[in-house]
Amino acid sequence: MLNRIDLKFKELRKQGKKAFIAFIMAGDPSLRVTKKLIFELSLKGADIIELGVPFSDPMADGPTIQKSSERGLKSKTTLTSVFNLVRNVRLQIETPIVFLIYYNLVFHYGLEKFINTAVDSGVDGVVIPDLPPEESIDLCKIAKKNRFSIIHLLAPTSSIDRVKKVSNVSSGFIYYVSLTGTTGARKKLAADIGANLRNIKNITKIPVCVGFGISTPGQVKEIQKISDGAIVGSAIIKVIENNIGKKDLVKKVGNFVKTLKGGG
Amino acid sequence: MLPDKFGKFGVFGGKFVPETLMMALEELEKEYKIAQKDAKFKKELDNLLEVYAGRPTPLYLAKNISKKAGRKIYLKREDLLHTGAHKINNTLGQALLAVKMGKRRIIAETGAGQHGLATATSAALFGLSCDVYMGEEDIHRQALNVFKMRLLGARVIPVYSGSKTLKDATSEAIRDWVTNVKNTYYVIGSAIGPHPYPMIVRDFQSVIGKETKKQFMKYEKRLPDYMVACVGGGSNAMGFFRPFFKTNVKLIGVEAAGLGLNTEKHGASLCKGSVGILHGTKSYLLQDKFGQVKIAHSISAGLDYPGTGPEHSYYKETGRAEYTAVADKEALQGFKMLTELEGIIPALESSHAIYYAAKKLAPKIGRDKIIAVCLSGRGDKDIDIVKGLKFKV
Repeated sequence: MLNRIDLKFKELRKQGKKAFIAFIMAGDPSLRVTKKLIFELSLKGADIIELGVPFSDPMADGPTIQKSSERGLKSKTTLTSVFNLVRNVRLQIETPIVFLIYYNLVFHYGLEKFINTAVDSGVDGVVIPDLPPEESIDLCKIAKKNRFSIIHLLAPTSSIDRVKKVSNVSSGFIYYVSLTGTTGARKKLAADIGANLRNIKNITKIPVCVGFGISTPGQVKEIQKISDGAIVGSAIIKVIENNIGKKDLVKKVGNFVKTLKGGG
Repeated sequence: MLPDKFGKFGVFGGKFVPETLMMALEELEKEYKIAQKDAKFKKELDNLLEVYAGRPTPLYLAKNISKKAGRKIYLKREDLLHTGAHKINNTLGQALLAVKMGKRRIIAETGAGQHGLATATSAALFGLSCDVYMGEEDIHRQALNVFKMRLLGARVIPVYSGSKTLKDATSEAIRDWVTNVKNTYYVIGSAIGPHPYPMIVRDFQSVIGKETKKQFMKYEKRLPDYMVACVGGGSNAMGFFRPFFKTNVKLIGVEAAGLGLNTEKHGASLCKGSVGILHGTKSYLLQDKFGQVKIAHSISAGLDYPGTGPEHSYYKETGRAEYTAVADKEALQGFKMLTELEGIIPALESSHAIYYAAKKLAPKIGRDKIIAVCLSGRGDKDIDIVKGLKFKV
């Protein structure tokens, strides 16, 4: 049986479309707003929603998502409360939801318990930025039994050997990090994305989506041309940050996502 | 073999880093292995340690403290090294490695500023460009070291995120490394971080224990019964302990109990923490019930870190070493005692070990037992803090 992520990519392929993946941080500024945002993102055409779980030490993130994570912690967001949120929105939407979470939170919760609760709540997969394939063997085993996707990352510095290693253990999609650096908007896309993606696509059949540094409709379009999907995080978080406390926050984010997606 | 080929010390250690860094860690591991077998590399480093850093450091029988404690207490005088602490043992080794690897830029994190200072010093010596990340809070606490680093040509970059101390400086250094991994070498200052760092730092610091062993055979014709060192990330302790791993010598690591182990304000990850993952390694960690990393506290910036080296976690788990903690107030007593009785002003970090050895350990062991303490650094950097406390002089 395929999970929601696999079904989504199948559907997109059929329609000749590429994925648009939107990232938001759970609890930024509050879980109540996050719930509204999930519905709005889904409505405005996000194919997959990547939901961050706030962590005290997000070492792969740039300033925008660091601050977002701090706001999430400030609103007392915990892994359990994020599971409950997903369980709740699952009553109404089928949009695939993946977590972006640092490994200590998963490890602390317990690997088996994490995956069981995630599946039970309707979470479809997880991106763990500080968990390379070498350290994810146990988690992958449990995930496989539950048809839960462990989405590994590849980077411009990954050798062919590593591309193979990552492909072998990945499911759902592979997250290609477009640049050497942390998350956050950049003016230009890295020059070597195309060539690196071709190398990866030669090795694996798993969909490859690209994130880090993508912030404009033009960049989304460019990325979608050469990959299976574009992931936008910091640019969306910026819109949230600039509209905290305002009535039309959700609408503003929705409009921005619509503009971004319009590129594809 | 410790660590094993996966970089693990039992279940501890490993490489929990973004994919972008995996190639850099593999490259470092490979280059380090080559350097280890390279007689020229070893000769060059040994020579620098001798003529530049000031090794071997003396092993000093602290007569007055020994007399008071009724047991022999020896001090391994790392405080006499160039730049004032054991940190230079590691930074010279790693800077030499960076040069060999063709990296012209080095970066470092620092808490008390001793590692930053040693890195900036090594960068000046080798003509490398150097950026040091330091929490804003520590920049205020350790103004003298900041000034020295800048004099040496390093850029000191303030870190404003999180607790604004060593933990956040380390995260920021990792972010820099992820961004500039192709031309930058990250000089980690303690026996922490992803594999191979805990191994490399331990190896470069093991010179402390190796010398101690030789000196004991010379002075006492036997090894000490107890070895005591302070533990934050744990590089001086690991360097001191490691050569005694296979002996019967009792190894004791002293953590920072801050305002007390039963308060929220301490830095005792081995005594009070639980296993977790921070900054690329699995080890004991101060974390809350949700797995969020807690903010550590200690009067000494060098012990103000919520994690610790994975090899220490392994020593704790296997019982090879014992870990205990000493509070801020007690460390200050250790500071005062060594200053007044021996004429040696110790770093506040090392003062934790001094206090434990003289006040806690000595009274409960036989009179014929010998204690060796690693005096990891000198106290110049802490003078302002001690002054601020209106310490009675």
